[in-house]
Amino acid sequence: MLSIKNLHASIDGKEILKGLSLDVKAGEVHAIMGPNGSGKSTLASVLAGREDYEVTEGEVTLDGVNLLEMAPEDRAREGVFLAFQYPIEIPGVSNINFLKTAVNEIRAYKGLPPMEAKEFLQRVKEKQKLVEFDAKLANRSLNEGFSGGEKKRNEIFQLAMLEPKLSILDETDSGLDIDALRIVANGVNTLRSQNNAFVVITHYQRLLDYIVPDYVHVLYKGKIVRSGTKELALELEEKGYDWLKQSVDAAENATI
Amino acid sequence: MITQVSSSLYQQIVANFEEGLMVGAQVPSLDTVRKDAFERFKRTGFPTTKMEDWKYTNLQPLLNESYMLEDTLPERNVGLEDAVISGLDAYRIVLVNGEYRADLSDVIAEHGVQVLPFLEAVNNPIFQKHFAQYADKTDNPLVALNTASNKGGVFISLSDGTVLSKAIQLVHIMASSETLFSQSRNLMVLSKNTKAQLVESFITSDGSAKSLSNNVSEIVVEENAQLYHYYIQVAGEQSNFLNHIEVHQKKHSLYNNYNCSFPGASFVRNNINVRLDDSAVESHLYGIVLGARKQFVDNHTIVDHSMPHCESYEWYKNIMQDEATAVFNGKIFVQLDAQKTNAFQQNNNMLIGDKAVVYSKPQLEIFADDVKCSHGCTIGQFDDDALFYLRARAIGEQQARTLLVHAFAYDVTEKFDNSAVRDYVDRLIERGLNIA
Ligand SMILES: Nc1ncnc2c1ncn2[C@@H]1O[C@H](COP(=O)(O)OP(=O)(O)O)[C@@H](O)[C@H]1O
Ligand SMILES: [Mg+2]
Repeated sequence: MLSIKNLHASIDGKEILKGLSLDVKAGEVHAIMGPNGSGKSTLASVLAGREDYEVTEGEVTLDGVNLLEMAPEDRAREGVFLAFQYPIEIPGVSNINFLKTAVNEIRAYKGLPPMEAKEFLQRVKEKQKLVEFDAKLANRSLNEGFSGGEKKRNEIFQLAMLEPKLSILDETDSGLDIDALRIVANGVNTLRSQNNAFVVITHYQRLLDYIVPDYVHVLYKGKIVRSGTKELALELEEKGYDWLKQSVDAAENATI
Repeated sequence: MITQVSSSLYQQIVANFEEGLMVGAQVPSLDTVRKDAFERFKRTGFPTTKMEDWKYTNLQPLLNESYMLEDTLPERNVGLEDAVISGLDAYRIVLVNGEYRADLSDVIAEHGVQVLPFLEAVNNPIFQKHFAQYADKTDNPLVALNTASNKGGVFISLSDGTVLSKAIQLVHIMASSETLFSQSRNLMVLSKNTKAQLVESFITSDGSAKSLSNNVSEIVVEENAQLYHYYIQVAGEQSNFLNHIEVHQKKHSLYNNYNCSFPGASFVRNNINVRLDDSAVESHLYGIVLGARKQFVDNHTIVDHSMPHCESYEWYKNIMQDEATAVFNGKIFVQLDAQKTNAFQQNNNMLIGDKAVVYSKPQLEIFADDVKCSHGCTIGQFDDDALFYLRARAIGEQQARTLLVHAFAYDVTEKFDNSAVRDYVDRLIERGLNIA
C-alpha cells in the first residue's frame, strides 16, 4: 500500500524530516507517536501534498504510484485522506456542496458518474450515524460554528464518505473527551478492512486502547527511532519520551 | 450638423452647446435649467485628479479622445442576448446609446405605471416636480453636464399603491460604428406604498466602437415605498462609463442597491448617493466587483443620514485579478438631527492578481451623538490553508479557487432578494474568474 523510503523534507530551508522510512500494508493500522515538534504533522502534510514543504530526497508510493509528483487533489483521488489536526472553517462554502463536490471528483477520477442526489443524502445520513455526528450540515458553512470536537468528528465523517485507501489521522484524539474518542474510534474500526490502511498519529497512548494498531513507531527529530507493536505505546505511556530522547541524543553525540 | 473635431471632449462640448448644436439644448421648457447647469459645468470642467473625489480616477486619457456626440445610425439593429437573465420575469426597456427604443422595449400595461422617453416626459407634472432636484445639488460636474445636454433616458413613475408584478429590466446597450460620447438621464419616481424591482444591465453590442457614457439617474422613493435596484455591469472592453445615481428617500421607505461589475468595461465610475431625508428610512448598498485585465472600477457611495431612526447597511466586496484596479470610497454622513442612526459599512477585498490594486477609503462624518456606526476594511488573498483543505478533499485547484471566491462573495450575494438575479450573478462570478 504505502511505501516511504528515506524521506527528507524541509520548510523555509529548515529540514524537518531527515530520512524517514515506513511501509504500510493493506489492512494494517500503524500508530506514529512522538514528542511535540518531532515532525508528525509535517509527515502528514507531505503525504497529503502540502506545497509549503519541499521534499529534498526519498520516495513515496501508494500501490506503486509515485505520490510526490502529484497535486494534493490527485493524491486524494488516488485514495489518500488526511484528517487534519486543525480542521479549518471556510465560511461561505456549504458543508453539503463541499462534500458532494469531493465525492463526485473522486468518482469522476474513477470514471464514475456523479452520485444520485438520493443516494448521496442516504449515505450522508448513514455515515453521520456511524460517527454519531448529528450537527446539522445543510445550510451551514464548512465547519463554521462547530465545536473543536465536532470538527474532528466531521473529519472522520468525511473519511467515511470518501472511503479512502490510506487514511492519515493527525491527532484526531486531541480535544476529544473520552466518549467522543470512543465514538470516533468505533467509526474507524468499522471502516477498517483488508483493502485500506490507517496511519494514526497521536501524542497519547489513550487512543490506541480503542484503535488497536498493528505497529507503533516513534518519530523523533524527523526520523523513526523505534518501531514495535502496541506494547511500545504502553511502554512510552509509562516511561514518557525522555528515555528515548536521551538514548537518541546520546547516539547522535557519539557519532559526531 | 454634429461635427467631429479633433480637440478635447470639453472643447467639443462647449463649442457645440454654445452654438446650440447639442440637440439636448433644444427643449424650451428646460431652457433655464439647462443653461444654468451648463454654466456650472463650464466653470469646473471635467473632474481632474486634483479633486479629492477623483484622486485615483483619471479621466484625462478618455477626454483626450475625439468623440461623435451623436450616433450616426440611431435606428441600428442591436443584439440583446448579453442582457438575458434566465429565470427573470421582467418587462424590458432598452436604451441604445442612452436613447429609448420603443421598438425594442416592452409596453408595460399594468395599472399605475408610466414609462416615457426623456424628451416626452418633460411636460409631465411629476417629472417636472423632481427632475434635476437631487443630483444637481451635488458638486459633480458630470451631473451638470448631463442636465445641460442630455436627451436620452427614461422616466418611470409608479402611482400610489402600485406594486409591480414583474421586475423592470432597463438595458443600456452601447452600439456605435465610431467613437461615441452618449448620455442618458433617467428619473424614477415611486409614489407612496409602491414596490418595484429595477434591474439595470449594461452591455455592449458586438463589434461596437469605443464609447464613453455619462449617465445620471434620479430616484425618488416616497413614503412606505420599496425599490430593489440591481445594477449589473457586463459591458465590453470598448465601453467606458460615468454613472451617477442619486436616491432620495422618504419616511418608512426601503431602497436596496445591488451593484455588480464584471470583467469587460475598461473604465467604470459609479457614484451612488442615497439621501435618507426622512425618519425611519432603511437603505442597503451591496456591491461586488470582479475585475480582470486592466479594468478600472470605481465605486463612490454616499449614505447621508439627516433624520432620526434610520438604518443603513453597506457591504462591498472587490475581487481583483490581473492588473485590475478598484476604488471603493464610502462616505457616511450622520447629520446633527439624525439621532438613533444605525449605520454599518464593510469593504472586503481579495487581491488575486499580482498587479491588481485596490484603493479603499471609508469616510464617516458623524455630527449626532446617539448613533451606532461601524465600518471596516480588509484586504487579503487566497487563504492557502483553505485551498489546501479543499484540495486535500479531491477538489481541483481551479474549482477550489472558484469555491473560495464564491464564498468570499457570499456575504453579499446571499442578500440578493431576487433569486434569478442572484443565480445570474453567481454564474457571472464563475465566468469572470480566469484562474487556471
Ligand atoms: N512553517 C514552518 N516554518 C518553520 N518551521 C516549521 C513550520 N511548521 C513547522 N515547523 C517546525 O517543524 C517541526 C515539526 O513540526 P510538526 O510537524 O508540526 O511536529 P508535530 O506534529 O510532531 O508536533 C517543529 O520544530 C516546528 O517548529
Ligand atoms: Mg502535529
